[in-house]
Amino acid sequence: MVLPDPSARNRAPKNATSAERIVGNQEEVNMNNSVLLGALTVVGLAAGTSHAATLDDVKARGALNCGVNTGLVGFAAPDANGVWDGFDIGLCRAVAAAIFGDPNAVNFIPTTGQTRFTALASGEVDVLIRNSTWTYSRDTDLKFDWVGVNYYDGQGFLAPAALGVSSAKELDGATVCIQTGTTTELNLADFFRVNNITYEPVPVATDAEAQQQYLAGACDVFTTDASGLAATRATFEKPEEHILLPEIISKEPLGPLVRHGDNAWGDIIRWTYNALLSAEELGITSANVAEMAAAPTNNPEINRILGTEGEMGAMMGLEPNWAVNAIAAGGNYGELFEKNIGENTPIGLARGLNALWTQGGLQYSPPFR
Amino acid sequence: MTDAPDREQSYVRTAMLPPQTAPSTQVGAVRWVHENLLSSWLNAILTILSVYFVWTIVSSIYPWLANSVWDATSLTDCRAKMDERLGEGVRAACFAVISDRWQQLVFGFYPQNGYWRPPTALFVFLIAIAPVLFTQLPRKLLWFTMIAPILIFTLLWGGSIWAPISVALGFVIGFIAYRVIGSRFSALLAVLAAIILPILYWFTLSGTVNAALTAIAPKGLPYVESKDFGGFTLSIVIGLTSIMLSLPLGILLALGRQSNLFIINKVSVVFIEVIRGVPLIVWLFTAQLLLNYFLPKGTNFDLMLRVIIMVTLFSSAYIAEVIRGGLAALPKGQYEAADALGLDYWKSMRLIVLPQALRISIPGIVSSFIGLFKDTTLVAFIGMYDPIGLTSSIRASTDWNGVYWELYIFVGLIFFIFCFSMSRYSMYLERKLHRGNR
Repeated sequence: MVLPDPSARNRAPKNATSAERIVGNQEEVNMNNSVLLGALTVVGLAAGTSHAATLDDVKARGALNCGVNTGLVGFAAPDANGVWDGFDIGLCRAVAAAIFGDPNAVNFIPTTGQTRFTALASGEVDVLIRNSTWTYSRDTDLKFDWVGVNYYDGQGFLAPAALGVSSAKELDGATVCIQTGTTTELNLADFFRVNNITYEPVPVATDAEAQQQYLAGACDVFTTDASGLAATRATFEKPEEHILLPEIISKEPLGPLVRHGDNAWGDIIRWTYNALLSAEELGITSANVAEMAAAPTNNPEINRILGTEGEMGAMMGLEPNWAVNAIAAGGNYGELFEKNIGENTPIGLARGLNALWTQGGLQYSPPFR
Repeated sequence: MTDAPDREQSYVRTAMLPPQTAPSTQVGAVRWVHENLLSSWLNAILTILSVYFVWTIVSSIYPWLANSVWDATSLTDCRAKMDERLGEGVRAACFAVISDRWQQLVFGFYPQNGYWRPPTALFVFLIAIAPVLFTQLPRKLLWFTMIAPILIFTLLWGGSIWAPISVALGFVIGFIAYRVIGSRFSALLAVLAAIILPILYWFTLSGTVNAALTAIAPKGLPYVESKDFGGFTLSIVIGLTSIMLSLPLGILLALGRQSNLFIINKVSVVFIEVIRGVPLIVWLFTAQLLLNYFLPKGTNFDLMLRVIIMVTLFSSAYIAEVIRGGLAALPKGQYEAADALGLDYWKSMRLIVLPQALRISIPGIVSSFIGLFKDTTLVAFIGMYDPIGLTSSIRASTDWNGVYWELYIFVGLIFFIFCFSMSRYSMYLERKLHRGNR
């Protein structure tokens, strides 16, 4: 049994918030709860470290328990009929399809910023795909494994076009709407100090409040994670009158994570994700995957992914056509991105860092070999 | 004194004057306004300021409400419709989000072909509770009250009708054991048997009985998982169940705290103080997070059931203290009179003490219940979709991101209706019960 120690505070994620969060902040725990969370997590780790053979449990259950956000624009949201959709949801469905051949064999377990890590540690969910930032202490101290990064996010600035700035470095003396008690706040202080300029913080409690303050002109710029800013801007009446400044001042790699102790299970999530990435790279889409999988193609890597050559699926304990099902579920990485958060959606995020490595981004799948 | 005729005294009026109407300043609206609004310069100024204040608020809110748009598919669509109907840039409420998503706010993710079930369950509940709340109804309705929990459970969760029936059979066994053994042996033995036999039955036979009956006559409704409950269905199920369960538990705790028996007294005191001393949100986190570790792995202990248990315990501690206040307010003579009549403890409580103590406690009990009902929104923090939780998940769709007030107004209004009816009932009850005393 590990005793709760002061570093419990470090485990607590950053932004203070409430159930009202609408946008993509990964870090949603009120600092007041962090000690509680830390203590709970420690208890959880003592009890929950030895879940072996998650795949067998999942297969026996007949459905994947996927921990998701209770509601985050573009990433995870239930529609009017209770059907979940979003960028993170797409990955849950791909994993379910890889295991069962059925993208609907998923129980979506909504988790809040406070409950997500204990839900994973206790075994209530098999995998957490809930825009959670990969950090050192979570990976080591909380004993989780991030199996990839499905969205590279970072803190940005939203400003009215009428303000006439084109770079965050021109914000000398600006008033900034900022959530208090968060590392967003610390990142902001660092950025302004490094660039030797000043700012006036306008503290707010939630993103919803920040949005109202910003629109009412109480602050010149609003800062939070860039995907959240884009989603917020999309709700404005005249989004074109507001711009996202080019500077991204922090690193927020968001990805799926699993518990320590079952590497084989982690491999399944990791390689399902890599299959979606490789599919984009190799031009396999939800539209042509069935055709490409029907007979071996000229490209041996495509054949290995789609199971028409070699025994890739069996190495993970899955069917040979696992990747075909995963890609058919919602499309490859690029399709998921474009459908949920891409430039043709109201959120309108550019690929940026999330472009494939061949196109100047960071998304890079190891080879299927 | 003489009996001289009055007419000789000319200064005495012989006919009544017809009554005159009061001066116009002393009647009707004018007088009311004068007395209540303009009785002095200070009051006149305050009145004018208040009227201005109210007017400012109403005149800014009324157009917003009156021009609201009810038929749109998204916030963008809503704004387009406002531009078209009200003119460019004029904004009003976009209640289209309610017409688009009200089913979700009411039922959560309950299967759509089962939407009739929660309202029917509520109706059954209201019929079942009526003879308890209104004493003028025929007592025979109480039989319906006894089977109502089975009906309500089946309506809400579905599954085989025999599952709740085989569980309810345990109570029947306990009752029969109590009667049979009580008439032949001692009362204490009867109570013990009435507790132990049903528990034995539940752990051994009830599963088999259920399986057997289901095999013979597979009747029932499609099963609905607890995680599909949401919105007001969730709030009402948690709220009403906890209200129903916490009252008897609270009474027992209050009596326990008054008890002279050392262990019962101390257990009650510790229970009440511990439960009451910790915020509800912590108990909910305990239910959500910690119980997972303490229970054997693989036990699928329904989250909603865990929450109901926690909320019930929490509320019963408050109810216990409210009722203890009622008990303390009773004159000592009442207890002594009960003793003098030779009543045993339970009889004196049932016939003399509790009826009076509960009557005194009604306002406190009802305000605890209203608080409990509103506290059910806290379950949003452990990832359950109560109405508040749903407002943020509705905003998480690209269609409705950016809608705030309309959702909160709707949720607030429904909560108000429920809480206001509870409050009205409590006032009715107070009036009725106090009638005899005045």
